Amino acid sequence: MAIGITAKDLRKTYTSPPPTAAGGRGFGARAGRRGPKPKYEVRALDSLSLEVAAGEIFGLLGPNGAGKSTTVGVLTTRVRPTSGQAWIGSHDVWRESVAVKRLIGVVPQRPNLDLALTAREVLTFHGAYFGVSAAERTRRAQDLLERFQLTDRADQLLLGFSGGMLQRLSIARAMMHEPKVLFLDEPSAGLDPQTRLLLWDLVRRDNERGTTILLTTHNMEEADALCSRVAIVDHGRLIALGTPQELKRSVPGGFLVRVHLDAFPSGLLDRFEKIAGVTEVRAAAGEGSVDLYADRGGALVPEIARLASEASVEIRDMRISEPSLENLFLHHTGRSLRD
Amino acid sequence: MNWKTFLAMLHRDAHVARRNFVTLLLQTLFQPMLLVFVFGRVMTSSGLITPAYKSMLLPGIIAIAMLLSGVWSVAMPLVSEFQFTKEIEDRLLAPMEIEWVAVEKVVAGMLQAIAAGAVVIPTAWLVMGRGVELSFASPLEFAGLVILVSCLAASVGLVLGTTVGQGQIGLMFSLVIAPMIFFGCAYYPWSALETFPILQKVVLVNPMVYASEGFRSTLVPRFPHLPKGGIWAALLFFDVFFLSFGLRQFRRKAIL
Repeated sequence: MAIGITAKDLRKTYTSPPPTAAGGRGFGARAGRRGPKPKYEVRALDSLSLEVAAGEIFGLLGPNGAGKSTTVGVLTTRVRPTSGQAWIGSHDVWRESVAVKRLIGVVPQRPNLDLALTAREVLTFHGAYFGVSAAERTRRAQDLLERFQLTDRADQLLLGFSGGMLQRLSIARAMMHEPKVLFLDEPSAGLDPQTRLLLWDLVRRDNERGTTILLTTHNMEEADALCSRVAIVDHGRLIALGTPQELKRSVPGGFLVRVHLDAFPSGLLDRFEKIAGVTEVRAAAGEGSVDLYADRGGALVPEIARLASEASVEIRDMRISEPSLENLFLHHTGRSLRD
Repeated sequence: MNWKTFLAMLHRDAHVARRNFVTLLLQTLFQPMLLVFVFGRVMTSSGLITPAYKSMLLPGIIAIAMLLSGVWSVAMPLVSEFQFTKEIEDRLLAPMEIEWVAVEKVVAGMLQAIAAGAVVIPTAWLVMGRGVELSFASPLEFAGLVILVSCLAASVGLVLGTTVGQGQIGLMFSLVIAPMIFFGCAYYPWSALETFPILQKVVLVNPMVYASEGFRSTLVPRFPHLPKGGIWAALLFFDVFFLSFGLRQFRRKAIL
């Protein structure tokens, strides 16, 4: 039976630099050793609550540093929250971590495969850690190697494997003990389009077998293609939640026209707002641009151009985006997902 | 406690050690053998050192070999797995309390240290030629010491592996391991430091002293050595100290 995930009021403040996946920690000496050590404090999660239903594919969408990896860390027993609670099914992640670890499979952002082993051994030893019998783990490993198209390199050490192969093996490993809940942290980062499609297919098929899946991404196309529901997070907070369609519909108008101008004479924005179909106009003067949310895209261009030339303002650039999660993110945070 | 998981991890470490058998063998044997050859063969044959030194040296060589291989086999993988490859994460996510992952590392390190000791004794014996007289009169006492010393080596490895940064590995060997060995009474009995009274007191904080003196007390009891009660008490103390400190450090590294 499928099980869900619950997180309540999670807060996490790092007092030392967070791990690479969550923030990027460099190697080498700290600059400026003299004087008292600067107090390090990063608030990664700020009262984040989530409810992932049993059997769904749930996406956490947000830019780098939004708190996605920390959320996954907390839910997978690896990060201790400063406050708040989380459950996998009915098990408290913090108090019953061993029971929780049995139920979950984790695919990290950066492959952390055992480099001393061959691909097949990575799978069989992982199975052994979870108490899968010898015959069963041999069978499952072979099955997964086939499904993930890794059979021809199965008995080689991982040293010469490409990024895509390592990522596929990471996912195969996470499925080896047949977890009820699968966490995928940026599963398709750095993958070529073809491998990405294979990966999506594998994730969907695993989900059809009843696995609850939580994935993080900053790729809205991926969230759109895979997730039944998406939570948008930024600065450790939940900004919006819903199905990709619901979320896209919630953007005023749906279309976004971003116009770069060389000046902003008074009154121009008001006139933009009166264009038929425009629902909201927002100026981001610092960037020299203005965002028009509207129910149509290209049809607005002549009118915008006319108004601009009437005001003797030069248009430097104009971009039309269709309804998307990207626009939604921009609408809620004023920042692009790639920032 | 989940023994299946624990044994599977031990199996993994044994599997990897078997695969790297030759490298491991050279790594643990080469340095002690050079020492044995120079001090136990060249110097004694040329008359610079009396032949009796051979028997005095061998217990120290066993201690060095066990310490080096125990520390190395635990510390080196931990440093890179925690900081660089993150390989440890797969084991931290296995269904077992994470302290047991560290305990497993220590047990694997102990086994490697014991294997190193077992290989060093006959090899050193062969290299030094005639005149080595070891006494295995009390095998239980020897076995007890082997376990305490191997646990010490692996626990020190756990502490270093969870404390030292990636860039400081070289420094760790020249600043921690080298002085431990040179002031560890491996090449000379503790009583030989009588002429350096302050140094003689200071080296007592070095756990390596009790490893060398311990093996000396059971393998060549006719040479001067520290009182047995003190040796055993000190080894037990250092085992508990380094293991508990190492476990604490491991937890701090493993859970963010």
